[in-house]
Amino acid sequence: MKELVVISGKGGTGKTSLLAAFASMASRMALCDADVDAADLHLIVAPAVRERHSFTSGHRAVIDPDRCTACGICVELCQWRAIRADFTIDPIACEGCGVCHYLCPEGAVDFPENRCGEWYLSDTRFGPMVHARLGIAEENSGKLVSLVRREARHLGETGGLELILTDGPPGIGCPVIAAIGGADAVLIVTEPTLSGIHDLQRVAGLADHFKVPAMISVNKHDLNPEMTTRIETYAETSGLVLAGNVPFDPQFTKAMVQGMTIFEQGGSSPATEAVRELWQRVCAKLGLTAPSVCE
Amino acid sequence: MIISVASGKGGTGKTMVATNLALALDRKVQLLDCDVEEPNAHLFVQAAFDHRETVTTPVPKIDQRRCTQCGECEQICQFKAIAVLPDTDALTFPELCHSCGGCWTVCPENAISLDQRELGVIETGHRNGIFFAHGRLRIGEAMAPPLIRAVRATALPDRPTIIDAPPGTSCPVIAAMKDTDVVLLVTEPTPFGLHDLQLAVGAVRILDIPCALVINRQGAGDDRVLQYALQEKIPVLMEIPFDRRFAEIYSRGEMLIEAMPVWAPRFRALYRQIETLVVYRKAAAR
Repeated sequence: MKELVVISGKGGTGKTSLLAAFASMASRMALCDADVDAADLHLIVAPAVRERHSFTSGHRAVIDPDRCTACGICVELCQWRAIRADFTIDPIACEGCGVCHYLCPEGAVDFPENRCGEWYLSDTRFGPMVHARLGIAEENSGKLVSLVRREARHLGETGGLELILTDGPPGIGCPVIAAIGGADAVLIVTEPTLSGIHDLQRVAGLADHFKVPAMISVNKHDLNPEMTTRIETYAETSGLVLAGNVPFDPQFTKAMVQGMTIFEQGGSSPATEAVRELWQRVCAKLGLTAPSVCE
Repeated sequence: MIISVASGKGGTGKTMVATNLALALDRKVQLLDCDVEEPNAHLFVQAAFDHRETVTTPVPKIDQRRCTQCGECEQICQFKAIAVLPDTDALTFPELCHSCGGCWTVCPENAISLDQRELGVIETGHRNGIFFAHGRLRIGEAMAPPLIRAVRATALPDRPTIIDAPPGTSCPVIAAMKDTDVVLLVTEPTPFGLHDLQLAVGAVRILDIPCALVINRQGAGDDRVLQYALQEKIPVLMEIPFDRRFAEIYSRGEMLIEAMPVWAPRFRALYRQIETLVVYRKAAAR
């Protein structure tokens, strides 16, 4: 079983639309949405939730006003300035480090577990899916990403699947690190813009840092052919695999509005053909046999 | 006044709005790029940087001669950054440390001193009287919020501030939006744009900050974002049409207000509207 994680560095390059299109071509595959902070894949693949689980991770401090003597030791110790002047805790600023809880001389700080999201096991028209929702303004997104990937792998192993297709988060920080570690490959979807190139280089650096093989696809490549050439040159000199580019096509957005992949929208176009070729090259690189996975 | 420009969904045009807003104004402002994972504003602003500094965070270093392996540091650490195992020296995992200070406060032997882990760098500079600062998270570093706070700490006290926030709704964007006077949310009229906008509005409301909307690529999708804004009484202050020319201008790293100067007065008007919104909100709060 292989796991492919689609990432981008820069947000909004089209990774989720492309991943949904891949899903419609793959068989014996499970989907995993690891963009738990702003998950969007469900808007296209419309999962029917089979199981719902709460995600608790870490703790939050709560001061008991009856036991608090307002000595101020916690205020001095707190690195997050999370303790307000009236000795209540700002839950958004609280890092959950427990220093106030452990060191309060009155034992006045409780430290309950924090329920910070939910994760789901669902069915879609393309295969099973593991996805999640992090509570707004919550931390521990990296841990929730690790959890959904673990569950997706379990699903794949018990179900005899060939592929886990994982939608990764933007950026290069904790959720991205959690999303790519141990994957068989990442596909970096970029765009031919100055920002796209800049962000591609950073996220490719991250993949290299964690020793995950990286492929590149330039989405909307015809928007700026000169930038596309620059990306291709960069990829060649950095040992990154060019898996195929996709032209600018407003049909991607039109399909998204209808909750469909670009293939389900019907009709063949230069973009659909490009996505098909891209998927074939990705499968070949992953060592998946084209007939069984790529129709 | 501090304006944060955020979005929920990535790639909706935050940086385009933040940079054009800052450079369109005919007064001294400052622009802080707080998307430290993927900073892009400098590509457009092209500030001349005159200062660069490495930002670090304290992590524990254990003096093994003093350590008695009592295990108090391991017990207080919520992030599994210290392991005290039998028959071996106590271990630290600096990449996991949140720098809470718990271990070096509780150690009864004073065996823990401070080492430093590099978070990234911050750079500051100027262009046309605008003060510009950004942070670049070290590749491999997981924690963006402390570097975001370091970027915000470079702000000069005497002038309006525009913050280019990271995407999402979790800790990095909270660090960028917290204690700002208004959040300008940039979205696109698509199901992804709407869904992530709703999450971003949820975050803004938890922080109790007024917000307003810029709809980018208007015409590319449907009108559900507009309907949502009406229903939630979120003012729509600017609509930027869906036009391939705009995408091409952006792709070359050019400023919209320079490539299409008709947009400069529109961004100045946007700023005045934001100002009015903040003044009204403050008056209403009194």
